[in-house]
Amino acid sequence: MYDAMMAETISITGHGGDQIEAYLARPLGPGPFGSVVVIHHMPGYDAGTKEIARTFAVHGYLALCPNLYTREAPGASPDDAAAAARAQGGVPDERLVGDVGGAAAYLRAMPVSNGKVGVIGYCSGGRQSFLAACSLPLDAAVDCYGAFVVGTPPEGMPLKVGPIVHLAKDLSCPLLGLFGDDDQYPSPDQVAELDKALTDAGKEHEFHSYAGAGHAFFAVNRPAYRPEAAMDGWQKIWDFYGRHLAG
Amino acid sequence: MCTYLTENVGVEGSGKGTAGWFALSQATVYFDHPQHAPAEHTLNIDFLNPEQGPAARVAVELTAASARALAAAIESALAAAPPGLT
Repeated sequence: MYDAMMAETISITGHGGDQIEAYLARPLGPGPFGSVVVIHHMPGYDAGTKEIARTFAVHGYLALCPNLYTREAPGASPDDAAAAARAQGGVPDERLVGDVGGAAAYLRAMPVSNGKVGVIGYCSGGRQSFLAACSLPLDAAVDCYGAFVVGTPPEGMPLKVGPIVHLAKDLSCPLLGLFGDDDQYPSPDQVAELDKALTDAGKEHEFHSYAGAGHAFFAVNRPAYRPEAAMDGWQKIWDFYGRHLAG
Repeated sequence: MCTYLTENVGVEGSGKGTAGWFALSQATVYFDHPQHAPAEHTLNIDFLNPEQGPAARVAVELTAASARALAAAIESALAAAPPGLT
């Protein structure tokens, strides 16, 4: 099997026609390949997120991660960019949808694309993955422990990250949710609430919550990493995308 | 979780970043995921000068206990200063 892949920084058209930085990882075979938009977590467009994009390419997907902080901090290191974006109030939902839409359009237009595009996000990106899948025509979405999809935000929470469970009726594709039983945001009760909202809306979804795991259990460079949950979670992702994006 | 919560405060003074000393104009304070500290959440402070770009930043990530100890130490140092200086 021919298994070469490559990864590089490119420029794509994001929300409002803005040119934004993005990291593209892709197999070099003839395809056709399914695609995944990778939404980076709040700490930024960092090495760990780029590694995730390359992992998708190794498994036969075109993967594109837009730098959501391009506008606030072009060319900055990921941690400085995350700090600058935070100081300016964070990423507005509308802009996130526009940037993911631009990334999806870029992927669909690639000659080796099979036309199917999924999305995945972790932590704040989990909420944004759900938001994107409720706002754009996509083929599969993965929400890894996204907080504040449901629930009442704590006092002082910026309005731009308010709950978005009311969008469940607009979900455009199947949703895979991966959570930790020990997480408080989203708590198991909040996961159950989202599960019910999707069921009530008649939306295809499958949720898995891991015992002994909390928030960010996929993050290999953090104390929250839980190898068993992460390994099984990756298998769930390959199975899910295999059914909805591959081929 | 990402708390999203951020305290913004205008500051006057200087900080030393990767390119040397620079004037500070803003600090953000938030309890959220760290970039580097081996903890799930830390009290993070970014001392910034946005006019000089994102790299004009001095960052610290402290455990909750050490952040509280630091806050108390700052108050103590200011309280101990001779009258009229602060």
